[in-house]
Amino acid sequence: MAGLELLSDQGYRLDGRRAAELRKVQARMGVFAQADGSAYIEQGNTRALAVVYGPHEVRGSRSKTLHDRAVINCQYSMATFSTAERKRRPHGDRKSSEMSLHLKQTFEAAVLTQLYPRSQIDIYVKILQSDGGNYSACVNAATLALVDAGIPMRDYVCACTAGFVEDTPLADLCHAEESGGGTTLALALLPRSENIALVQMDARLHQDHLDALMEAAMMACKGLSKVLDSVVRQHLQEVSVLTRE
Amino acid sequence: PPPVSLSSLHVDDLRVDGRGCEDYRHMEIETDVVSNTDGSAKVSLGHTDILVGIKAEIGKPRPMVPDEGYLEFFVDCSANATPEFEGRGGEELGVELSNTLYKVFNNRHSLDLRSLCICPGEHCWVLYVDVLLLQCDGNLFDAMSIAIKAALFNTRIPKVHISEDEEGVKEIELSDDPYDCMRLNVENVPCIVTLCKIAHRHVVDATLQEKACSVASLLISVTHKGMVTCVRKLGRGSLDPDSIFEMTETGKRVGKALHAPLMELLQKEESLGKKRQKVGFLA
Repeated sequence: MAGLELLSDQGYRLDGRRAAELRKVQARMGVFAQADGSAYIEQGNTRALAVVYGPHEVRGSRSKTLHDRAVINCQYSMATFSTAERKRRPHGDRKSSEMSLHLKQTFEAAVLTQLYPRSQIDIYVKILQSDGGNYSACVNAATLALVDAGIPMRDYVCACTAGFVEDTPLADLCHAEESGGGTTLALALLPRSENIALVQMDARLHQDHLDALMEAAMMACKGLSKVLDSVVRQHLQEVSVLTRE
Repeated sequence: PPPVSLSSLHVDDLRVDGRGCEDYRHMEIETDVVSNTDGSAKVSLGHTDILVGIKAEIGKPRPMVPDEGYLEFFVDCSANATPEFEGRGGEELGVELSNTLYKVFNNRHSLDLRSLCICPGEHCWVLYVDVLLLQCDGNLFDAMSIAIKAALFNTRIPKVHISEDEEGVKEIELSDDPYDCMRLNVENVPCIVTLCKIAHRHVVDATLQEKACSVASLLISVTHKGMVTCVRKLGRGSLDPDSIFEMTETGKRVGKALHAPLMELLQKEESLGKKRQKVGFLA
């Protein structure tokens, strides 16, 4: 965009945030009563819904069944009204298939699948509003939904994006910053062990900057993990108060 | 869950959850929930959750009616509702639902399509009405029609100005003020009432459980004046003419009674203006 700088001289970004500042996160678990687990998250203007069904018997072809662990099945889909320009098909295009595969890969690293052999866990994510960080919002929402479904995991999975502008790493990019032409790194982290479940970067970056960028993304993920943890604890408190009486 | 007791329906006029035959479940309606749209609404009817987003785009009018705009419906049965809708599983139901919506709205009286015209024969507003099915517990049509009516009420279409330069090339300019918008008159937008026939009685707002016990259903779309725009029979069984007549009468009565409280709620929500706390899914 002509005339709009990603990082101003005073250190402010397009939406007024500082370089390492995350967008406002609001989340809610147990949004739908019929699903086994569900969660809703808002990261700035990006809104995602995640729903978990399972563990249940493998649907469709029995050949997908694994004898020693559960199969994780993910579908990433966007609402047709989620983007500024109307999206004609909610899913089925290449981008959605790639995202579904990434989500599957991410959660296979975190969910204790050995506890449920010969079964399937379905994770469906829907983007209601898209403003950058779609993958991150999906991962965070899916983590909360898995916790809501009571499926055991190694750790929370927190994801965040990071970019690089004029020697400064930016955390949690919005859509304008992602499409601004700079580097975008997406990272999914298991905060306690600091293990990375997924890392993806498109565009060129000098190797000297890679460490700083990864560090910024990891700090952002750790910050997010604290938020997710507080959401889970608050939800548990609400539910236990309701069931106690 | 306990089986639907047909005897209690027959004798006490009570359903499994204690409702009467013409009672709706608890309904929650909220508008302006999605920011990327020109109008949106979220409706929860019991455990049925529907989200509608309307986007207005400029397009070419249909050749038969050059001075009118039009509506395009798309129903997305998402996998959130049930795993069977994964991939292309929800497409069949989605197409059936959107075809019925086209039939319901395909008349001159529901919405003043002339107000959507920009330049006859060349430019008009096309409203893409996208319905997202998030949770399914029966009575999809009623919830969808209420959500569509609320979303249409909430829709703000930017005012455009046509300017013509010397060579006769027309240019469309959007007004600079983002609040300078046109609203739609949704008075005549119909609401759909689905009636399910269970044994010898018929019920309004059936849950999935009740639908499984029913023989067939009748779908009626009614405007606030009591005018019927579409009647459809759904389901595998057959209905005798007397039942259809009775169900039509009930549908007209119930449908007509839906409009006034709905408009009242929408006006009240709008009057709160900026003070309104947007809740959405964070309730």
